[in-house]
Amino acid sequence: MKIITPIKQVPETSNVKMDEETGTMVRDGVESIINPLDLYAIEAAIELKEEHGGEVIAVTMGPPSAEKAIKEAIAMGCDDGILLSGREFAGADTWATAYTLSRCIDDIGDYDLIFCGLQATDGDTAQVGPGIASFLDLPLATYVSSIEDVHIADDTTYTEPDENYIELERLLEEGYEKLRMPLPALITVVKEINFPRLPTLSGKRKARDKDVTPKNSEHIEMKEEYLGLQGSPTRVVNIDRPKVTRGGKMIDARDESKQEEAVEELINYLNANELL
Amino acid sequence: MSYSGVWTLAEAKDGKLKRVAFELLTRGRKLADKLDEELASLIISNDVSEEEAERLIAAGADKVYLVNDKKLGNFIVENYSNVMVDLIEKHKPEIILGAATTLGRTLLPHVAIRVEAGLTADCTELDIEEETGNLLQTRPAIGGNILATIHTPKHRPQMATVRPKSTAPAEEVGGREGEIINIDFDSELYDGRVERVGFRTSEEEDVNIVDADVVVAGGKGLKKAENFAMIKEMAQYLDGVVGASRDAVEMDWITYPHQVGLSGKTVTPKLYIAIGVSGAIQHLAGMKTSDNIVAINEDPDADIFKVADIGLIGNLFELVPMINERLAQEKEVEKVEV
Ligand SMILES: Cc1cc2nc3c(=O)[nH]c(=O)nc-3n(C[C@H](O)[C@H](O)[C@H](O)COP(=O)(O)OP(=O)(O)OC[C@H]3O[C@@H](n4cnc5c(N)ncnc54)[C@H](O)[C@@H]3O)c2cc1C
Ligand SMILES: Nc1ncnc2c1ncn2[C@@H]1O[C@H](COP(=O)(O)O)[C@@H](O)[C@H]1O
Repeated sequence: MKIITPIKQVPETSNVKMDEETGTMVRDGVESIINPLDLYAIEAAIELKEEHGGEVIAVTMGPPSAEKAIKEAIAMGCDDGILLSGREFAGADTWATAYTLSRCIDDIGDYDLIFCGLQATDGDTAQVGPGIASFLDLPLATYVSSIEDVHIADDTTYTEPDENYIELERLLEEGYEKLRMPLPALITVVKEINFPRLPTLSGKRKARDKDVTPKNSEHIEMKEEYLGLQGSPTRVVNIDRPKVTRGGKMIDARDESKQEEAVEELINYLNANELL
Repeated sequence: MSYSGVWTLAEAKDGKLKRVAFELLTRGRKLADKLDEELASLIISNDVSEEEAERLIAAGADKVYLVNDKKLGNFIVENYSNVMVDLIEKHKPEIILGAATTLGRTLLPHVAIRVEAGLTADCTELDIEEETGNLLQTRPAIGGNILATIHTPKHRPQMATVRPKSTAPAEEVGGREGEIINIDFDSELYDGRVERVGFRTSEEEDVNIVDADVVVAGGKGLKKAENFAMIKEMAQYLDGVVGASRDAVEMDWITYPHQVGLSGKTVTPKLYIAIGVSGAIQHLAGMKTSDNIVAINEDPDADIFKVADIGLIGNLFELVPMINERLAQEKEVEKVEV
C-alpha cells in the first residue's frame, strides 16, 4: 500500500513573539518545524504501513530549507520524500498550493491513501487537504478521529474497485460519524487519532543518508498560470495586530480576607451582563 | 452573464435550520445592501419544509434555493459539492458565505477549487471595499496573533467561511417578501462512492462546546481528574458546557472533544470562564473572541488575564467552591421569583 503525506514546514509558534511596532512575527531565531498537526497524519500513515506493508512518501512544498521537514518525516518512519521547491511556487494561497501538491501527487501515482493534517498552525485554514481531494477527484473525509478498518484485496489482478476500502470515524460537532469509502481516498486527521512517535536513532541515520528528491515545474507537468502568487485568487490587503489586552478588571483574591468580596464582585459582573 | 448577488449556505439538521444560518444572514444582508444586490440562501437537505425555509426570508433573504432529496440526508461532501457547483454555474453569485463548521470547512474548499474561486477560512469580519466592490475578509491567523484582511480581486465568486457566533443571528420579522425556489436533485449529480455507515453521539452529553452559550474551562491548574467535578458543577449552574486546555486533555482528565484551542475547537460563547488555564497562545486562539471572559488563576502574570474582562487572582481550590455556592444561591433566588 502506498500512502502519501503532504506536510508543511511552519515556524515553531508555541512562543510566538510579535514585533510590537510592525505587527509582524519575529522570525529571527525562530525554529522551523513540521506543522505539529501533520505529525498525526504521518503517524497514521506509518501505522497503516506497518500493518499492511508498503511505503509512505512525505511531500512538502516550501523553500529549500524545508528539506529538514522531509528528513524529520523520514526519521519518524516515512520511506521517502519529495521537496517541491521553486520560485514559481512563491506566494501560493491555498488554491495554488492544493493545485501544486495535487500535480505532484498525481505524478507519484498509484497511491492508496493521502493523509493530511487538519490544518497548518501558521495559516490555520484547513483548506489544502480538501482542495487536493477536489483537484484529484478523490473521496474525502475530514476531521478523522480513528481508522476502523482498511481492506485491501489480496489478489490485485482481479480487484473490483470497491474491494479496496477504508472505514473510519469523523469527529463532528454532535458526535462521531462513520464513513466507508473506496480507495484511493484523502483523509485529514484530528489529534485524537493517535500519539505521534518520536524519531528513532536509526531513523535519524536513515534520514541523514537519504537524498530528498527536489522537484519543480520542470519535472512535473503543471500549468504555469496556476502556480504561486499568479495562480492564487486571494491577496492579503492588510495585516493588523489585534488588541492583546481587553484591559479587564483584576481582583486580587490571594488573601483569604479578600475572597468573599472578589466572589461577590464576580457575581455582580455576571448579573450586570445578564449572564446568569 | 456577470456575477451578482450574495449567497449564504444555510445548514439544517433534522429539518430545522441551525442558528448559524441566521448569523450568516446578518452578514449577508449587510453585504448585499452595500452592493445593492440580492441576498439568497441555499439549503441542501432531505427534510427542510418550505415553511421552515420561509424563516430565512423573514430574516432577510430575498430568495431561498431549496434542494431536498433523500440522497442528501447525510452530508457527503462529494454530493453537496456537485449540487453547489451546479447552482453556482447556473446562477453565478458574486459572494458565497458558509459557516466555519466541520461541514462548511469541508464543503467550501472542495467547491472553491472546482469553480476557481478564492476562499478565506474562518472569517470574523466581512465588508465591502469602497472603490472596488471587492469583499474584504478579515480573519485571525498565526494562532490569533495577527488579523489578516484578504480580498479576491479577479476571481468570482468570492467565498468565505465565517466563524460561528461571531455575530448575532438575524431576527425574523413578519411581512417580508421573498421567493422559495424548489430545486429537484439531478440524479446525475449523485456520487455514490462514499457511504455513511453509522453515527454515534459522544458518550458524554455536553460535548458540543462550539454551540454553547457558556463554556467553563479547566486547565492543568486543576491538578487531577476528580477536580473537574467543580468545573462541571459550575457549568451546570450556568447552563453551560465544560471546556479544557490541551494539557488537561493530555492528562486524560477529560476527553478531546472538550479541548479549546488551536488543535481543538474554536468557541465564541457569551461567557467563557477559564480556571487554572495559563492562556498559552494556542489556547487563546480558540476562545479569545468570546463575548465575556472570566479568568481565575493564582499567577498574576498569567497570559489568560490579558484577554479577561474580569480576572480573579487566587487559589482556584478556594475560590471555585465559593463561586459555586453563590451561583447555587442565585439560581434559587431565580426559582423563587418565577
Ligand atoms: C501546535 C500546538 C497546538 C496546541 N494546541 C492547543 C490547544 O488547542 N489548546 C490548548 O489549550 N493548548 C494547546 N497547546 C498547548 C499550549 O501551548 C499549552 O501548553 C497549554 O494550553 C497549557 O495548558 P494549561 O493552561 O492547562 O496548563 P499550564 O500552562 O500548566 O497552566 C496552568 C495554570 O494553572 C494555574 N494554577 C495552578 N494551580 C492553581 C491554583 N491552585 N489556583 C489557581 N490557579 C492555579 C497556573 O498558574 C497556570 O497558569 C498547543 C501547543 C502546540 C505547540
Ligand atoms: N506547503 C505545503 N506542503 C505540503 N503540505 C501542505 C502544505 N500546505 C498545507 N499542506 C497540507 O495541508 C494541510 C492543511 O493546511 P492548511 O490548509 O494550510 O491549514 C496541512 O496540515 C498539510 O497536510
